[in-house]
Formats: sequence, structure tokens, C-alpha cells
Amino acid sequence: MTAAEPLLKISGLSVVFDGFRAIDGIDLSVAEGELRFLIGPNGAGKTTLIDVVTGLTKPASGSVSFAGRELVGKREHQVVRLGVGRTFQTAVVFEELTVEENVDLAASFRMSLPALFRRRQGRSDAVAAVLERAGLMALAEQPAGILSHGQRQWLEIAMLLAQEPRLLLLDEPVAGMSREERERTGELLVEIARDRTVVVVEHDMEFVRTYASAVTVLHEGRVLTEGDMASVQADPQVQEVYLGRSRDTRAAEPAAPAEEKEKEGVA
Amino acid sequence: MKTPGLLAQRTKGGKWRGVVAFAAVALLVLAVAPVTLSPFRLELLAKYLCFAIAALGIGLAWGKGGMLTLGQGVFFGLGGYAMAMHLKLAEAGPGELPDFMVWSGVEELPLLWEPFRQPWFALLMVVLLPGTIAALLGLLVFGRRVRGAYFAILTQALAAAFVIWLVGQQGLTGGTNGLTNFSSFFGLDLASAQDQRILYFIVAIVLGLLYLGFRQLVASRYGRLLIAVRDGEDRVRFLGYDPAVVKTVAFTMSAVSAGLAGALFVPVVGIISPALLGVVPSLELVFAVAVGGRYALAGAVLGAVLLNYAKTTFSENYADGWLYLQGALFIGVMAYAPKGVIGLAGQIRDFVALRTRGPARRIPAQQPPPVPPGPSADAPAEPVEPVGPVEKEAVA
Repeated sequence: MTAAEPLLKISGLSVVFDGFRAIDGIDLSVAEGELRFLIGPNGAGKTTLIDVVTGLTKPASGSVSFAGRELVGKREHQVVRLGVGRTFQTAVVFEELTVEENVDLAASFRMSLPALFRRRQGRSDAVAAVLERAGLMALAEQPAGILSHGQRQWLEIAMLLAQEPRLLLLDEPVAGMSREERERTGELLVEIARDRTVVVVEHDMEFVRTYASAVTVLHEGRVLTEGDMASVQADPQVQEVYLGRSRDTRAAEPAAPAEEKEKEGVA
Repeated sequence: MKTPGLLAQRTKGGKWRGVVAFAAVALLVLAVAPVTLSPFRLELLAKYLCFAIAALGIGLAWGKGGMLTLGQGVFFGLGGYAMAMHLKLAEAGPGELPDFMVWSGVEELPLLWEPFRQPWFALLMVVLLPGTIAALLGLLVFGRRVRGAYFAILTQALAAAFVIWLVGQQGLTGGTNGLTNFSSFFGLDLASAQDQRILYFIVAIVLGLLYLGFRQLVASRYGRLLIAVRDGEDRVRFLGYDPAVVKTVAFTMSAVSAGLAGALFVPVVGIISPALLGVVPSLELVFAVAVGGRYALAGAVLGAVLLNYAKTTFSENYADGWLYLQGALFIGVMAYAPKGVIGLAGQIRDFVALRTRGPARRIPAQQPPPVPPGPSADAPAEPVEPVGPVEKEAVA
């Protein structure tokens, strides 16, 4: 692979839900090492895009190529095994397992089945490093069920880091977080992006302004514009889309459509 | 869903308590019961322990893995018939037909029966038949993401179909009567109380070893993964695991344990027949696990012994009352003690703690001091709080 070839290349992608075109011919490239923000009003197709890349949703047409491999048609765990990891809008962690066990499971997915039958002996360096990085060391032995919302998001990010993916897809990592938690998450993001390729879907424009270098704006299933934050903000089209729906940008995306999509992916 | 107090109970002290409890139960079962119980009662206990072996498998598949399997009777039956076929052939002697075949007018030994003359083959089949069928079924069904109630119905239908097939094959399986009249089991005289006692020890030891094995499995990474699949199968996919494989492994092990239970049941009770492994017996096993406490393997064992003991006792006195009592017990447990008998102690402890101290003070007391987890001192994170995201959003 040449250096110029993007790590993630989405071309001509369309997704249809019951006749509704959630994604309508998107072309998008993310280069290795990039920190890319995907923004756009509700229903722009941001989460759906991540769902397609990770195998949760089947596209009607188009292709998703990751490091030269086609991802469309692969199952979720196969996509993960190729090096693509994701988090969810509403952080899903395993509440009965401890924080450490959550991270350890994420780190162990390349183990063979017989190796998994063995008991975990202590804490591996990799797991310890990730716990430290996500600021969860003090909570390692606690059941994940007691974590606060923000801590859950960090645990999700920690689990993602433990998988050591080449590409990380984060779906609204700061939704519902307090100001301090958002700052902490932003720092974590910038830190992670130093040695990995990261795509962040975000609603919180203030957060995007602070941390984004490259931004792609989606609108009604299409790419509206791409560029650095300043040029995107100056774009009259973007202003129109956002001014027309300025209240929407602050509200969290409703959870119900995401669940519906999930079901369709399962069927 | 679960209160933090309940979640935080997995402590280091609990480990030792578990070892002591296991030793105490082992002492009771291996030393006290054989000398205090009459041969008749000991045989009954051996039967309960057979059910406990099958219940262990349900505890693993359902309690830990979330797979509500209502057709364990199928695997119990496969193990039982594999054993019974061998015992019948051993009894008939070389070249002879088992008695029931003669009565049904069968003149030549069916091809299916022939290899069961070999004891090693029969023993292998006790494990392999249920194991292979469960593995194939699991990969097929879980791979297609059939789960929840659909899986439960499928397994129950399997039990019903299996019984119909068994009944229809009079010459091959003994039909409704099943296979019975065994006099010896690998050299043990089944009519002698002394040899029945040895059989009892065999059953108890198999149960003990299986329990330890399953415990080890649950404590392993695989066990954690199984619980993760139970609580969030779709999320597990994004950890890079195929949940179908994870579930199939547990389902297969549960089938093997049911097969072992069936194989031991045959010499202990002296019969295997379709009535013992249809929909109702399969459901009774699940009831027992629910009553004992499905989230703990020990609960499954306890439930199987308790419920079958109660069944015997009640049936001796009020033959018809048992069914109603069993139903009422099941509803009661589901409504008021979802963690079963074994979870009652913890439930009462939590209840008392809530009453006397109140939830607000109690929860931080059980947690370590809330350390700000953020490495950067200027951005301290929230202390550990059980309060959900609702309040956080109000702050943001």
C-alpha cells in the first residue's frame, strides 16, 4: 500500500431503510493517522455510516475498503479482527464484570479458544497501560455496573484501545458528559490520535471546534463539505443547514432510530 | 437493573467461604449420607444427584450464558439410551437379542445397536452423541442469531419430537416402555445394596468433578466472555468474538452433562423411557434450576436436589398436590426471589441493610474511597456514584 492511499475509503455508499435513503451516495476517504470529525444535523447519516463500516448495517450499494480490503459483507467480529473498532452512543459495558475484566476481554480477542479456557493470571501490562490511559486504574476491580455515565464512555474507549485497532470509530463520545468530563475526553482523543486513525461522530459543536482539525459535514445522507474547521464554518451551505436547525445541534440524537437500525442489521 | 451493593459482593473472603462450603457439602454427601440413609433413601439421593448433574449444565447454559434450554431431556435421553443399550446387550449375552426385541418380534439385532456391545463405544457415545448434536445445533441456530424465546421454543419442540420418534420405534427403542430390567452395571450387581452404594459414590464424584470443572470454566476468560454474551451479545461482536461460538461451547457442555446424567440415571433408577425425557421432565429441570438459583452453579445443584426431594415427599403423601405446589413455587421464586434459594441470603442481607442504613449511606461504604480517576489533577472526574446519566446531563 502506498502512503497516498487512504486507510479507509468509502465509495458510492447508499443505505436504504424501508425506502428511506439514510445514506445517499457518500464518498469519503480517511488517511492513516488522521483525526477526522463527522458532523451534521440529526438524521444526516453519521451513525449509519459507522454502522456500515463495522458490519452492523448492510448497504444497498457501494463499497467500504479498509487497508485495501473490502468490508461490506463481513460480519461484525470479522471487521474487528481486521483492525476496526468502535464505541456506541450509549456506552454499553458489561455491568457484572469488573472494569478490568471488561478491558481484558477486549484485549484477548485474538486468543484461541483453548487459551481462553485458562484463568486470567493477574493484570497484563497492556491492560494496565490502557486502564491508566483512560484514568480508570482506581476503579479496576469494581463492577462496571457502578460506573457513572462519563466513566462508562471512558471504559468503552479503554476497551477500544485494548483491541489495538488501526482505525477507531467513536460515536458521540462526549454526549451527556459534564464539562470536565468533556475536556478530559478531548485530551484523551488527541492523545489517542497521535498513533492511530480516529473518526469521531460528534454533535457537540463546541467540542468539535476545540479539538477538530479535519471535519466532514454530512447532510441528508450526503457529504456537504469537507475541510478544516475554519473553512467549514465559513461555508454558506453549512451555515444554512445549521442555522435552519440550530436547536437540533445541541440535542442528543434520539436512541430509538439507532435501535431500529440495529434490529435490521440483525435480521 | 442490579443494585451496586449486590454487584460489589464478589470479594476475596467469598472465595474461602466457597471452599469451606464445598468441603462441607462433600463431607455430607460422601461420608454422612451413606451411613445415615437407608439403602432405599440413598438410591433416591443418587437419583437426585443425577438430576443435579443435568441441572449443572442448565446452570451453565442458562444462568451464565442466557440460553434458556427447554430440551435438556433430549441429551439426557441420548446419554441414557446409549448406556441402556449397552446394559441390555451385556445382559442378553453374545449373539442374543435384548428381551424386549424378542417380545416385539425383532429377529435380528438392528445395525444401530451392534457397536453398543463394546463398553468403550457406549461410554464414548454417552458423551459424544449429546455433545455432537448440541454442537451442530448450536452452530446452526446461534450462527443464525436465533435466541431468547425462539431458542427456548426450538429446544422444547426438539424434546417433543424426540419423544415421538422414540415411541414410534418400538423394535429399536422399546417404544413407550423404554429400556428397563437391568441387573448389572459394569460388574456391579444392581440388586445389591452394597453395590448400589458404590454406584451412589460414582454419581456423587461425577457431580463433584463436573461442578469443579464448570466452576473453573466460569472463572476463566471464557466464563467472563459467556457472561458478557448473556448480558450484551451484540456488544460482544464488537469485541471481536463470534458469540455463536461462545454460546455453542456452553450449550455443548450442558448437553454433555445432561448425557452423563442420563447414563448414570439408568443403572441408579433402572429404567430409561420417553416419559422421563419429554417436555415435562425437561421443564422440571429448568424449574429446579430457577428455584435453586440460576446465577450460581451451586444453586442449580441445590435446586435439583431440593425439588426432586420435595417431589418424592409430596408424591408419597398427596399424589396430585405436587404439580400445583411446583407451579406455585416457581411463580413465587420468579416474582420474589429471582436469584433463587441460594440468592435469598444475599437478598435478605441487602433488604435489611437498606432498611437499617438507607441506600445513600450504604453504597459508598461498600466501595473504596472515591478516588478521582483522571490522571491530570486539574480535571478531576466524578466520584463513584450509582446515580445514572440523568443527573449528569442536568449538570452538563
